Amino acid sequence: MKYWVKEELKPPHGKVYIIKDRCKGCGFCIDFCPQQVLQESEEFNAKGYHPPKLVENEKKCIGCGFCSLVCPEFAIYIEKEEEKND
Amino acid sequence: MEIEAETHPLDKYLRTDRIPHIWCPGCGLGTVLNCFLHALEESDIDLKNLAIVSGIGCTGRVAGYLNVDSYHTTHGRAIPFATGLKLANPKLKVVVFSGDGDLFAIGGNHFIHAARRNIDMTVICVNNYNYGMTGGQLGPTTPLEAKTTTSPYGNVEHPFNLCHVAAASGAVYVARWTALHVRRLKESMKEALNKKGFTFIEVIASCPTTYGRRNKMPTGLDTMRYYKEKSVIKHGIDPSEADIEIGGDIIVGKFVDIEKPTFDEILKKLEEKIK
Repeated sequence: MKYWVKEELKPPHGKVYIIKDRCKGCGFCIDFCPQQVLQESEEFNAKGYHPPKLVENEKKCIGCGFCSLVCPEFAIYIEKEEEKND
Repeated sequence: MEIEAETHPLDKYLRTDRIPHIWCPGCGLGTVLNCFLHALEESDIDLKNLAIVSGIGCTGRVAGYLNVDSYHTTHGRAIPFATGLKLANPKLKVVVFSGDGDLFAIGGNHFIHAARRNIDMTVICVNNYNYGMTGGQLGPTTPLEAKTTTSPYGNVEHPFNLCHVAAASGAVYVARWTALHVRRLKESMKEALNKKGFTFIEVIASCPTTYGRRNKMPTGLDTMRYYKEKSVIKHGIDPSEADIEIGGDIIVGKFVDIEKPTFDEILKKLEEKIK
């Protein structure tokens, strides 16, 4: 394999942006994330719901954008991180 | 760490002073609207030539939240209004966004005849199996034996199969998805927006407050897990085989995709012939 695959394929990464005060705590993003990146936080937002927060491992998100499509409140979106050539 | 944000990239399509919307936590309507906005963004439609029409009901609120030309019509009359829009200005892209009660109970006849005439519009029907806004009464899509406020011992009426009605009436594009199939729904909306003729998409969505909690699915998440477990994708099958039953498989997919001259085209041809 190493003769024709020059570099190892790196999985892409995404940055998670959350608009906390819009969240109504439905839990869709937490439950259906394919990488299980999100969890319910303990803090309350202005409406009294628990918005999602990231789990410890920061590099787990692959930026698929499912959470931004499934969120009914327009409260979460993803930005794909640029691949860096080191 | 996650990053806290104040605005969403799709805010340009929304009247943000009206957000957060009135839909309950766990309602599928927000998800459907979100998919529609993603579809709009990816399909390069000129927003000046786009008109959204909706009727009455929870889904009827969509017209008020979108920052494009939109109209909130009287109960059941979304399709006649949209027909008028399209005939007066054939350049417009007309999208009707409404619920199952509005489109198939109060406005049932209008739907059938707009599909028969093949008027160039896209109809997105969000089916939550009941009249959510007025307190969860049974509607024409409530499955047999489902419990609602007006059928506390179980529904005894056979429901409509919306995709079958649309296909039999002459729609050129018929698809059904649930609120969980967000990517496929988005792609389907893009296809329907770019197709000429009467295109119809049924989206099955959760209604935890009035339907779900009487049918052992008290939260939106329970309903979404039910969709994940029960939905089966079957493209191209006869829609008459895709009935919805309680506890049975939910058959989703693209059922019809045909070509047919639209009302506009036939009318234009006739006008040229007479001249």
